[in-house]
Amino acid sequence: MAYSEKVIEHYENPKNVGTLDKDADDVGTGLVGAPACGDVMRLQIKVSDEGVIEDAKFKTFGCGSAIASSSLATEWLKGKRVDEAETIKNSMIAEELNLPPVKIHCSVLAEDAIKSAIADFKQKQAAKRALQGG
Amino acid sequence: MAPTLPIYMDYHATTPLDRRVLDAMLPYFCETFGNAASRSHVFGWRAEEAVEVARERVARLIGADSSKEIAFTSGATESDNLAIKGVAEFYKDKGDHIITSAIEHKAVLDSCKRLEKQGFKVTYLGVDKQGMVSPDDVARAITDKTILVSIMLANNEVGTVQPIAEIGAVTRKRGVLLHCDAVQGVGKVPFDVAKMHVDLASISAHKMYGPKGVGALYVRRSKPRVRLVAQMDGGGHERGMRSGTLNVPGIVGFGRAAELATSEGEAEAMRLTTLRERLAKKLFQIEAVTLNGHPTARLPGNLNVAFSYVEGEAMMMAIRDVAVSSGSACTSASLEPSYVLRAMGVDEEFAHSSIRFGLGRFTTEEEVDYVGQLVTDKVHALREMSPLWEMAQAGIDLKSIEWAAH
Ligand SMILES: Cc1ncc(COP(=O)(O)O)c(C=O)c1O
Repeated sequence: MAYSEKVIEHYENPKNVGTLDKDADDVGTGLVGAPACGDVMRLQIKVSDEGVIEDAKFKTFGCGSAIASSSLATEWLKGKRVDEAETIKNSMIAEELNLPPVKIHCSVLAEDAIKSAIADFKQKQAAKRALQGG
Repeated sequence: MAPTLPIYMDYHATTPLDRRVLDAMLPYFCETFGNAASRSHVFGWRAEEAVEVARERVARLIGADSSKEIAFTSGATESDNLAIKGVAEFYKDKGDHIITSAIEHKAVLDSCKRLEKQGFKVTYLGVDKQGMVSPDDVARAITDKTILVSIMLANNEVGTVQPIAEIGAVTRKRGVLLHCDAVQGVGKVPFDVAKMHVDLASISAHKMYGPKGVGALYVRRSKPRVRLVAQMDGGGHERGMRSGTLNVPGIVGFGRAAELATSEGEAEAMRLTTLRERLAKKLFQIEAVTLNGHPTARLPGNLNVAFSYVEGEAMMMAIRDVAVSSGSACTSASLEPSYVLRAMGVDEEFAHSSIRFGLGRFTTEEEVDYVGQLVTDKVHALREMSPLWEMAQAGIDLKSIEWAAH
């Protein structure tokens, strides 16, 4: 299968590969996919007190399109407010990267990873508030 | 010295034409262009003569008693279809049961599937972890309704070479016909239809440095005499088994390729085994690398390995200047990982991480060394990007995690 230029660009120069401290209060982690299905994405966000995503990192086990989708997602996340980040849709990723139909699931996985990271962050914040409040 | 890029290491998919084969073919396009079925003039006779020389050469390569046992086809897909459907149709009053294995080529499997729809019963034998069919399993599966057993000589993905002689001993003793898809193994590992009691065999020119679109079906003529029903109607060429004007230049090329395989195959197999082992030695220095297939009973040019925690298609993209193939889901439209690896009981995550290296006649030591180093570097780079590798390094058992299947 031929890859779009944008997939190749992200694949060759992936943005934001790395790891944030998953135990930190201001970090949300999403781990989605399954090794048996051939793709696993871990996406992490670090959120400021103002609710802005200051940093985003990923690691992905998956094909070139999966790696490109996660790289693009981290790029888009940085600088966005959490509520803005929640509006990122898989179709936007698929369109930006020109993914063919058989690779749409890679962009779906990236959206799942974003949602899962945000949910993890919100859960931590709620737990923190509960602790402070109590 | 750096080799020229891109590098071809996908010799199971197809092979380049050997120059000597091309030279043999060239006169048969513009000069000796006759129809081999034209019995009334010299153009036809010359074409027919050339076809008969090729037939002899193909017969010799596989140990057939007579060149009359070779029918030329458009390739092994057609040969497999003709063998299985043709035998089933001819012997349907004798029995309705066929035995094959789960790791056969789709040309065999899907021919069997079609017969099932027509009411035949098919047993798909499993294989062991190394991709081997057990002759005992074949013996146990045979019933008084069994008419045909179809087992390949060597598997196209993992390279495992099947015990055809042992299986042939079983089928001969039980009076059942044996078809062998010998495409990947012929000319590379020992194959002899007489010694191995094979009754039908499929071969393909383009897997042995001949042209694409030409193949043959060996059909035994005595002890036992095998009969089949043609699957294409027409002029009754090839003793009525396969109608259609013969592809004379293609067949001439096939014959030359067979001749080269007969004379050079053994030496080439030794050279390829050495090269393959050289590549394996380099790759097995990497941590968490496993071999798919059999350690010794395998095609000389085949190396199929799983690089754990690295996805196969990402690997192929990382080594884009090297043509290989992968057991990963992503390379197929179906998104299913390789059915061959699955039948062998290879974990799906290993299947997704598997790469097949196919070495052949024109592979050089420089290429092997270049690929060995490139793959080593890329495995390390992709593992740096892999959450699974990070978790494994941290001592997390990946099997203990509840992954959400999607
Ligand atoms: C084992 C096996 N059988 C059959 C075939 C089909 O051969 P052909 O390409 O000549 O139709 C192939 C090649 O893909 C093969 O590897």
